[in-house]
Amino acid sequence: MPPMTIAEKILASHSGQGDAAAGRIVNVSPDIAMSHENAGLVSKIFLEFGLDHVWDREKIVIIFDHRVPAESEKTAAGQKAVREFVKKFGIKNFYDINCGICHQVMPEKGHVRPGEVIVGTDSHTTTHGAFGAFSTGIGATEMAAVWATGKLWMKVPDSFKITITGKLPEMVFAKDVILHLIGELGSDGADYRSVEFYGDTVSGMSIPSRMVLCNLSMEMGAKNAIVPPDEKTFEWLKGRTDKSFSLVYADPDAFYEREINVEASGLVPQVACPHAVDNVKPVGEVKGVKINQALLGSCTNGRIEDLEAAARVIRGKTVHPGVRMLVIPASREVYLEAIQRGILETFVQAGAVILNPGCGPCLGAHQGLMAEGEVCISSTNRNFQGRMGSRNSSVYLASPATVAASAVKGEIADPREI
Amino acid sequence: MEEVFRGRAWVVGDDIDTDQIYHGTYLPITDPKEMAKHAMEYVPGIEDFAKKVEEGDLLLCGRNFGSGSSREHAPMSLKYCGIKVVIAESFAGIFYRNAVNIGLPLVECESLPGFAEPMDIVEVDIKTGLLKNITKNTEIHGAPLPDLEMEILEAGGLIPYMKSHGMFPGVGAGA
Repeated sequence: MPPMTIAEKILASHSGQGDAAAGRIVNVSPDIAMSHENAGLVSKIFLEFGLDHVWDREKIVIIFDHRVPAESEKTAAGQKAVREFVKKFGIKNFYDINCGICHQVMPEKGHVRPGEVIVGTDSHTTTHGAFGAFSTGIGATEMAAVWATGKLWMKVPDSFKITITGKLPEMVFAKDVILHLIGELGSDGADYRSVEFYGDTVSGMSIPSRMVLCNLSMEMGAKNAIVPPDEKTFEWLKGRTDKSFSLVYADPDAFYEREINVEASGLVPQVACPHAVDNVKPVGEVKGVKINQALLGSCTNGRIEDLEAAARVIRGKTVHPGVRMLVIPASREVYLEAIQRGILETFVQAGAVILNPGCGPCLGAHQGLMAEGEVCISSTNRNFQGRMGSRNSSVYLASPATVAASAVKGEIADPREI
Repeated sequence: MEEVFRGRAWVVGDDIDTDQIYHGTYLPITDPKEMAKHAMEYVPGIEDFAKKVEEGDLLLCGRNFGSGSSREHAPMSLKYCGIKVVIAESFAGIFYRNAVNIGLPLVECESLPGFAEPMDIVEVDIKTGLLKNITKNTEIHGAPLPDLEMEILEAGGLIPYMKSHGMFPGVGAGA
């Protein structure tokens, strides 16, 4: 058998093929199929088949997060229809508006395991590669096909090997590393590629930091992103899943279309400037840009270590009077821990607004949209024109520490100088 | 299905993302005809696209068209507002799959820049990838669609394709 990458191995084992060389079309059987509110559109397409059952009630996961609680009557009606579908078809894993962002709830509730294939109707489904899974975003029609048959066609992607080495400097985080990479490769630099992360910086990273790398790999076009599982992965999953899983690693002589090396020790905090995620600059070049809003949260950076990093910067200081700072814990579990550890108290004392776990204003749905001419610095994942409100508003993307430093200063600031 | 389409060209630049094609505000909509009213609403300069687009028009784009979200509303809004084929220098992966799976033909063509001005009459053969600018009397070659994508499009999208191949339990022939 030819040597294989992680993506090739996982797709081979999930399509009944001995090997699945890049470029081949395979019919894949996913282990988990995740949707959020767009389960409404998926179920509408699914119902057209006239089937009286879904493929597997245990393997479908539905998590409300994009508009929680419902921001409009239309959303309320959509969520109601999905709840009824869940009940009618006996979907086992349904998480209503009180649980958090799908990409955080999925691993917390034991729906992510190494070596598995996960599909989700959300592009940032790449996040779960942080646990060694092949995890990718798909459309509603594809998901309807999975709900019906448990199968989906895929072209096996080519793979990139990205090796990150060196110690991260103070106030430089996984977010800065991946923004730097996106800036170098471009927003289509890894289009439809499987990205594998290696190096001592990555093995030294926490699971939440690895989730940041995999989450944002989407923003360079990746089909999926994978960190090979290790002791940290097993430790994190302990108590969350009791199902067995298989560990999949690349063969030593697997073929990579590109090999990219990043030296982390020389990096500085990065900022992705309007209106493209690959428009990345060192923070020094955008320092001083006045902001109206500072957003801390999202599937990218709404976990405990993110809230903590921001709280460290902001503790004992106050949010600038001209700035609205919004803090959104990624899940109920994160929310609770942040309460218990006094992290939320720090933000409230500083003058920030705490919002319930969910996607918040990240995708421009609700909870903090911007007016014409306004500027937000955000720990989220996209800064497309008009994404967070008015088409004449702007979003800068940065790490939680940079967001907090900017909130204090009222303008984009270097967290190393606060 | 038809393989040759002739229509007016809408021309847009590089990196048109899914938020520009179909903004997040409208995601709760599940009726394709409603989606069509918001197609391309956030593309600077053509905010009135959905009002002015006509059945049979073609969309010509730069690199990385459809980057960003997995929202199927993006290709759906284009299909249901009357766009027959989307032609681009390159497509983002999820948009490409979504378009094929809902039965919206795509053609990838590296030499597209400079080929057409807005509202030129363009003809495209999705099977061969041949593009003709009728207004300017020029032609270039794009990539023909791979076999599987062509078969899915000929069936009218992924769902009818799977039905006709008996791939749904309890529906069609076989298992």
